[in-house]
Amino acid sequence: MKLRDIAHSRTGDKGNISNISVIAFDEKDYPLLLEKVTAEKVKQHFSELVHGEVIRYELPNIGALNFVLFDALSGGVTRSLALDIHGKSYSSALMDMDI
Amino acid sequence: MKSQTIRIGSGAGYSGDRIEPALELAEKGNIQYLVFECLAERTIALAQLAKKNNPEAGYDPLLEERMRAVLPTCKKNGVKIITNMGAANPVAAMNKTIEIARELELDDLKIAAVTGDDVFDLVKEKNYKILETGEDLSTIKDSMISANAYLGMEPIIEALSNGADIVITGRVADPALFMAPVFHEFEWPLKNWDLVGKGTVLGHLLECAGQVTGGYFTDPGVKDIQDLAHLGFPIAVVKNDGSFFITKVPGTGGQVTLATCKEQLLYEIHDPAQYITPDVIADFSNVTLTQIGKDEVAVKGATGKKNTGKLKVSVGYKDSFIGEGQMSYGGPGAVERGKLALEIVKERLRLKGFGENEAKYDLIGSNALHGNERSVNNEPYEVRARVAVRTTTPEDAKVIGNEVETLYTNGPAGGGGATKSVREVIAVKSVLIDIEEVKTGVVYKTV
Repeated sequence: MKLRDIAHSRTGDKGNISNISVIAFDEKDYPLLLEKVTAEKVKQHFSELVHGEVIRYELPNIGALNFVLFDALSGGVTRSLALDIHGKSYSSALMDMDI
Repeated sequence: MKSQTIRIGSGAGYSGDRIEPALELAEKGNIQYLVFECLAERTIALAQLAKKNNPEAGYDPLLEERMRAVLPTCKKNGVKIITNMGAANPVAAMNKTIEIARELELDDLKIAAVTGDDVFDLVKEKNYKILETGEDLSTIKDSMISANAYLGMEPIIEALSNGADIVITGRVADPALFMAPVFHEFEWPLKNWDLVGKGTVLGHLLECAGQVTGGYFTDPGVKDIQDLAHLGFPIAVVKNDGSFFITKVPGTGGQVTLATCKEQLLYEIHDPAQYITPDVIADFSNVTLTQIGKDEVAVKGATGKKNTGKLKVSVGYKDSFIGEGQMSYGGPGAVERGKLALEIVKERLRLKGFGENEAKYDLIGSNALHGNERSVNNEPYEVRARVAVRTTTPEDAKVIGNEVETLYTNGPAGGGGATKSVREVIAVKSVLIDIEEVKTGVVYKTV
């Protein structure tokens, strides 16, 4: 199963830090997200793009996780050489994760 | 008498946003306030450059078009406008707005400009530590072009209390634009941190406009939102006890659902228990959302703690140049030809002395967005080779695109659609300053 089957996501950026939400379509799946989508696994998933640590915040009230990825945007939107300077498409990469 | 309920519309999520949805809010939203959030992190640095060339410039390039579009309706319906479209020059933006109001033959309007966010002289004098790197700000002193502090809601409230119909600011924290009218109307105390926390979540949900009403959300077959060509922008309906719900103008495209609100709640948030603004340390971690009607989501549970007493300052500086070139390959073998094109350009740039420059070699359609690991088992029909290199001069940057372009007659077969560009990089770093160091002011003009 892909993460995309049970969750949706949006990416934001602040400087060189990316954040990616992972939100259960059905809040009943939140425990599964907690178990399967760990900070380590997300760090591994983005190993080519993210050079700093990954922190996971838990939001049981809305059945969601928030991942904060450091040193993740080639210096940030104002000076990045990347095509997607904000890393806005990262959410779609995360939804491709096998769980 | 204090208001019981107010309705605030969000008329723009960024500088270039659509204009018709804002007019729709003013016409049919039954709103008292229309807020335009138009100032991205680096925009103000570019605006400062424009102001240096012309003292009457430096405000948002779409200010005139937006004001012309909404002013008559806002005046007719008694809708007040709050916006950061002043960018680097709120006073010039105020003057321009007065001029537009006169041309439209509108009268009895009081327009305010908030000043004080420009702390360039202050920051240049003292040696602050750069937040991102820990280095001294003096390391970029000679290339600094702007320094603007994120102000809180107080000067906007001051302007509204003095009867302003339109409040134009430069850099303020985005949520403050939306909280100020709530605190003004309900006469809430500015140090009731839980109320400031609630105001912050309200502002946060509204500040990207269509991103909470179904924009930037649809993934066909997985999560579908209808009629994005006519997307309606959001309205917050706020009661004086701090409870509120998000909705939009009936009949417009998009949707307000738990899912759209959750995505926006977490957008650009780090620790949800500590969302730091000039006004408060807001806690979103206990927020609950409830669908109370079609396109109506109630938001409860935000709290807050005393603010840090510090203001974040965005320092804009001239960083470098980026030279870029692109060329497309299609049909059988496109990926191999694209890869070869990149290798050839890499070698050419090495020969020309760019071997040590920071560079990115992408195959758009394959690995440009998420790298090589994520793009395996993917053989696209067409790819676009892209080379981007950082340089210190525009002359050097020009070489990059030219080398890509020479692939036409010197590279693999069938390359087409070459483009090239040179752009200057105005980058941004941050420092923190004490709130007391910033002296804000409000100036007024009437028409």
